[in-house]
Amino acid sequence: MNADLLGIHRPGDTFLHRQRAGTKLLALMLASVVVVVASGPMSAVVFVIAAAALLVWSGARLGVTLRAMRGLLVMAAVLGAWTAWQSGWPRSVEVVGDLVALVLLATTLTVTTPVDEVMDAVVHGLRPFRRLGVDPESVGLAFSLMLRAIPSTLSLAAEARDAAVARGLERSPRARLTPLVIRVVARARETGDALHARGVGD
Amino acid sequence: MSAISLEQVTVRFPTHDGDVPVLHETSLSLTEQRIALVGPNGSGKSTLARLLNGLVTPTTGRVLVDGLDVARSGREVRRRVGFVFTDPAAQLVMPTAREDVALSLRRTHRDKVDRLAAADAVLADFGLAGFGDRSVHGLSGGERQLLALAGVLATAPSVLVADEPTTLLDLGNSRRIGDLLLALPQQLVLVTHDLELAARCDRALLVRNGRIEHDGAAEDVVSSYRATA
Repeated sequence: MNADLLGIHRPGDTFLHRQRAGTKLLALMLASVVVVVASGPMSAVVFVIAAAALLVWSGARLGVTLRAMRGLLVMAAVLGAWTAWQSGWPRSVEVVGDLVALVLLATTLTVTTPVDEVMDAVVHGLRPFRRLGVDPESVGLAFSLMLRAIPSTLSLAAEARDAAVARGLERSPRARLTPLVIRVVARARETGDALHARGVGD
Repeated sequence: MSAISLEQVTVRFPTHDGDVPVLHETSLSLTEQRIALVGPNGSGKSTLARLLNGLVTPTTGRVLVDGLDVARSGREVRRRVGFVFTDPAAQLVMPTAREDVALSLRRTHRDKVDRLAAADAVLADFGLAGFGDRSVHGLSGGERQLLALAGVLATAPSVLVADEPTTLLDLGNSRRIGDLLLALPQQLVLVTHDLELAARCDRALLVRNGRIEHDGAAEDVVSSYRATA
């Protein structure tokens, strides 16, 4: 399953689709604060279940989303094992649960909202800060590119992994990480050139 | 037709061993409808092409488009000169085809409904009707390059610079994109290793070691390149 699905808007007519992008962004910010502030493994488990329910309610198929999140879930598992070793299982469940819940909530936003609308909402929300030197258009574009970068980086990671496996270097972290870092930086530069050439942000 | 000229342009790139010249004191006037840049890898073709859009600025000399100095009036020049890259994956920055074209239209279409309708119209013009909600990564190589072209031409530039736009494509898509490029009403500056495509242009320049080695009718320049490659 393509990791790109994580960033893709899925047209629909659910309650969440009908809400304004600004409202959903604000709700996501508030929800993120609550998830991070609330402590304990039980609250983390509740947040994961609630976020998953919200995602299903938005029309996304949970199984497809989880398969698209495979790479992230592997990293979460590693993080969970480390945290369990360092701070015990309750803390591990809390950290991994919060992380997964936040990703599911963010995915709910991207599934129910076209990126164009997210950009408009960010630009609209930041307009009062123009007098402080903030360029709302640039921040809106950066926000969209950030959303786009997550699945794009996961795709590059999968390609780097395949290349390492093809060379018999599947156990070498260097063979996976070095090309990944180089390609992510190169992709960022190419994207910058492309935006520059298209006059976006001029 | 836009008037493009290079006046004594030199480009040097910094390296650990000092500045390396990649284009030497080049002066040109590009007035033909379809112009091809051919030459070996690393010869300076892409640098020459990137000068026209301001992606590279001259170390010395000037590049003028319709009398505008590219280094001083980059924003105005980029509205006149569109640029298509070899790898459309780097150029397509939005998740879906419609959103990517709409990104180009943000400057000219402030209203969102108008913008999305205009994006759909552009997609239809390029044979991509019905692709609006498709992920850009779910498209084939040919479809991606078509979409990259659509995103650039949506703002109706008067010049299109294309840097090896058919290199990553199979034979069928390469012909399809090549035919489309040569039929555009815009002035075209085409960097290519496809010598059949280059020969169909009005003029060609053979770039080698950072210098224009041959400049003339496309078929003559291509023959010269074939003989010396």
